[in-house]
Amino acid sequence: MKNTTNRQGVTRRGLMQGAAALGAAGLILPAGMRKAHAEPQRGGTFRVGIGHGSSTDSLDPGLWDNLYVQVFAASRHNQLIEVNNEGQLVPEIAESWDSSDGATWVFKIREGVSFHSGKTVTPEDVLASLNHHRGEDATSAIKTFFAPVTDIRVDGQNVVVTLDAPNGDFPYLMSDYHLAIMPGTDGKIDPTSFDGCGPYVVESYEPGVQASLNRNPNYWKSDRAHFDRVEILSIVDSTARLNALMTGGVDTIDQVDPATIGMLEARGTAKILSIPGNAHYVFPMDSREAPFSDNNVRLALKYAIDREDMVEKILGGHGAVSNDNPIGPANRYFHAEMEAKTFDPDRARFHLREAGMDSLNVTLHVADAAFSGAVDAGALFAETARQCGINIDLVREPNDGYWDNVWMQKPFVASYWGGRAVEDQMFTTGYASGSSWNDSFWEHERFNELLVKARSEIDEDLRREMYQEMQQIVSFEGSVIIPMNNNYVMATALNVATPERVSANWNLDGFRCVERWWFA
Amino acid sequence: MHAVLIMIAQRLALGALTLIVVSIVIFSATELLPGDLASAILGQSATPETLAALRAQLGLNDPAPVRYWAWLTGALQGDFGVSLATRRPIADMIEQRLGNTLFLALYAAALAVPLALVLGILAALWRNSIFDRVANAGALSAISFPEFFIAYILVLWLAQTGYFPSMVRLTPVTSFPDKLYMSFLPALTLTLVVTAHMMRMTRAAIINLMAQPYIEMARLKGASPLRIVLRHALPNALAPIINVIALNLAYLITGVVVVEVVFVYPGLGQLMVDSVAKRDIAVVQAIALIFASAYVLLNLTADVLSTLTNPRLMKRG
Repeated sequence: MKNTTNRQGVTRRGLMQGAAALGAAGLILPAGMRKAHAEPQRGGTFRVGIGHGSSTDSLDPGLWDNLYVQVFAASRHNQLIEVNNEGQLVPEIAESWDSSDGATWVFKIREGVSFHSGKTVTPEDVLASLNHHRGEDATSAIKTFFAPVTDIRVDGQNVVVTLDAPNGDFPYLMSDYHLAIMPGTDGKIDPTSFDGCGPYVVESYEPGVQASLNRNPNYWKSDRAHFDRVEILSIVDSTARLNALMTGGVDTIDQVDPATIGMLEARGTAKILSIPGNAHYVFPMDSREAPFSDNNVRLALKYAIDREDMVEKILGGHGAVSNDNPIGPANRYFHAEMEAKTFDPDRARFHLREAGMDSLNVTLHVADAAFSGAVDAGALFAETARQCGINIDLVREPNDGYWDNVWMQKPFVASYWGGRAVEDQMFTTGYASGSSWNDSFWEHERFNELLVKARSEIDEDLRREMYQEMQQIVSFEGSVIIPMNNNYVMATALNVATPERVSANWNLDGFRCVERWWFA
Repeated sequence: MHAVLIMIAQRLALGALTLIVVSIVIFSATELLPGDLASAILGQSATPETLAALRAQLGLNDPAPVRYWAWLTGALQGDFGVSLATRRPIADMIEQRLGNTLFLALYAAALAVPLALVLGILAALWRNSIFDRVANAGALSAISFPEFFIAYILVLWLAQTGYFPSMVRLTPVTSFPDKLYMSFLPALTLTLVVTAHMMRMTRAAIINLMAQPYIEMARLKGASPLRIVLRHALPNALAPIINVIALNLAYLITGVVVVEVVFVYPGLGQLMVDSVAKRDIAVVQAIALIFASAYVLLNLTADVLSTLTNPRLMKRG
């Protein structure tokens, strides 16, 4: 599953080279820390301060959209399938799954698991939980995952999902964090309820402030949920978050500001976890509109950006350059051998001439809502582009309403992706023709053809070939500039222990720090 | 006494009218915000279909006057409806936060008002002395720094050294002494921010009166300087001082969002900011109305109190 060979994008930091050696999902810790991984111990109250969370957060699984609700959800819920710390699928509420033809998927539901309320988890509950994201009235963010689903039914202890076409990666979609298993009544879940079958039981919750949970005494996993109690705090201000860690107010924080990492390390009172994953920052261009409709213009812009410099300045070295590739080193079919794009004014000018231009004027719309440091990244981009005869007019947009009024509205903007576990999922959501998140409005015949073919291809080698060709197409003919993969940067108190490898699929150990970590 | 009652009734009626006008302004202003709640809730994951479904669910398709009337009649009965984003009753969401905000405001006021009055009176008493200059310079510097700067300095000196927590965690079971201890840094920050205004007003009002003939008379009678200030000057200086205190109290209730963010204090300001960002219009309106009421009520109280301290104003009424 994991592909650790010869990846591109090693930054100048020796730290990151260590990461490459450890593997894409590798955890970087000082050697002295390793022995702490030995034996998980029970006990303690784990307090985690998260840079997201708002008083308007919803309990409805279809609306989960920020790290606070994601970690809170992982604390009280289980899913059908879990993504483990190596990026592989492992059984959770689905004991096993199988498909004879790739189009009909049978999930065998684990027996003897109960909700916090005491009710036993049945296939009917699973059906209701899946159906919550499906159908006309569904408001779920992953409604599109269910578009190819023609039927879901219960068959004894199994839940059977039928697709309109084979898809070998369908179980990956079923590992999505929105798909919490909740108790169903009359075929519907109650989207305002806390009840789940996960590791911790909610004691109190105030949206945007804090949640307190106690260990689920009946949790079915014997080797998980080591803390007796968990407190999840929303600390949006990054300085306040750092202060909370340094004064012992919390044990772990996420999203450490790159500018402060050095100082935190120097104090020696906390350790930094910097996890390279598939998350990436992007500049999508509207491929329907001139001048971006010309691939030469897009290539000129791709050669006019200094990726190394951006990783150093915007990510503080905690990341890697990307070759305009939404598929990250943690993916199975990552194409590492593509010709790397470097900052090359001559190439940029060459492509401009090919497009019949001497110089180019474009407007880039940015706001820090797109990603932390987006405005600075835009300024760096404008600076290097100027040396290539490209004049980027930088417009700073308000954070407020950015996703409504700027993203997918203006032709050239900044945005981000959390990255996806599967190539198909990433390409289908962000690059397929007609997808509602195809933020460059990009259409490519060969790409769309391959996308459908690769989905049902059984032969591993052929599949790899197809996905690598698609990465090649997106990188050199696509309409999204992807300068860098950003690491997930967290900090913990010295007594917090983690498994040797921390998940790279999402922040905070795939949202599951609460059930996977312990106090040494 | 009759005249006082009439005056209070008049002021109350005016206050109510102001609030109605404010409610219309609040309602119209939230209508003008770009984007709507449905797209804000779904964010990056919005598609035309999910948007339309959510809009219909939330009743965002009704015309504005209909929604205004429904909201106003509800609010008058203390029912602000449910949050559009979380479907929780707004009254529940606001209750604890309002309690926290009032607690912090009163805590800061309990520190700041006596401090400001004592410093102001002493500064007037010993005006142009070293004490006067130091007190003035100190208070003015404190008010000149941005709030977050003062807050971070306090965190550096008092929290990172382990004396006080940098983060306030209030739960319904937190005991009162714990609350005072945990909220000390935000209260101190606010005290430093509001003291100067009140102190300087006290000083200026008293000094202004010290030039009056009746003070001269008192001095000629041989009254001590302290007695002159407290007995003769202060009662006449109360009106402007009360007004400034009321304004600062209103500020402590409505304007402390920066301090809330730095100390992770779960108050109304943070709720308001969250709700604006999410276009949770129902909550924004409710909080704005509470803030407006705080201003109107405190100014009303200040008006009445300053009238009571001045018999001449009452006669005229």
